[in-house]
Amino acid sequence: MDTDRAPQSRVWQALTRAEEFGAWFEVKLDGAFTPGAHVVGTVDSKRYGQLTVDFMVERLEPERLFSYRWHPNPVGKDDFSKEPTTLVEFRLSEVPGGTRLTVIESGFDKLPPERRADSFRSNDAGWAEQMKRIERYVDK
Amino acid sequence: MSTSSTEAAGPAHVAPVFAALGDETRLALIARLCEGGPLSIARLTTGSDLTRQAITKHLGVLARAGLVSGVRQGRERIWALDPAHLKEARGWLDEISLQWDRALDRLRKFVED
Repeated sequence: MDTDRAPQSRVWQALTRAEEFGAWFEVKLDGAFTPGAHVVGTVDSKRYGQLTVDFMVERLEPERLFSYRWHPNPVGKDDFSKEPTTLVEFRLSEVPGGTRLTVIESGFDKLPPERRADSFRSNDAGWAEQMKRIERYVDK
Repeated sequence: MSTSSTEAAGPAHVAPVFAALGDETRLALIARLCEGGPLSIARLTTGSDLTRQAITKHLGVLARAGLVSGVRQGRERIWALDPAHLKEARGWLDEISLQWDRALDRLRKFVED
C-alpha cells in the first residue's frame, strides 16, 4: 500500500495503536500492542458470525516494523491454540510525500497437516501463472 | 477466485501443498510437468543435476501432497500433474489476499482522512 498523503508517523500510529488498528481492521481488541503481548480480538463476520482472533505481538521498531503472529483465516473449528501460526510483518518506508507499507504474511507451509478432503479433479489451466504467489506470501 | 473451492479448503488441507512446494527442486518438477505434460522419470532426470533416485524421492513428496500422480506404463512410471489441490491452495491464498486488500484499502482511507 502506498499513500502520498500520510507520513510514516501517521501510518505507524494507525498500525500500532490498538483502537486505531481496530477501526480499519474492523476488530475489537482487548489490549495494547506491546512486544510479547497477547491481544485478543473479536471480529464480526457476515459469513461466519463472531470470530476470535489472537494477536501474539512480536516486534515494534518505531515507524519501521510491526509484527505479530496469528492463525490465518480462523474458521472451521473452535480451538486453534495448539496450531502453528503465520507471521504478519508490516514494514514501513518513505516515498516522496508519503509512506509505503509492505505487508508480508509468511509460514503457510508450517500449518498442520491433517487428512485432506477429497476434492474433485479439474483441468483448470489458469493456476500456472499463480505459482509465483504460492508458498509463503501475501504481499501488497 | 472460485468461492466453492475456497469454502472447501482450510489451513489443514492446504498446508501440505505449501510444504511440498517449499523446495526449489520440487517447484521445478511441477513447472516441467506443467509445460511438458505427463513425463517419465527418465525424461524428468534429463538435463537435471539430480539422480533418478533423488527425483523419485521428490516426486514421492509431491505425490503425498496430492500434487502429482504416477501411472505405471510398462517398465516406467509416468508422472502427471494433479491440479486439484494446487487450485484449492490457490483459492485459500486468494481469499487471504483479498481480505488484506480490503483491510489495506480501509487503512489507506483511515490515514488519509
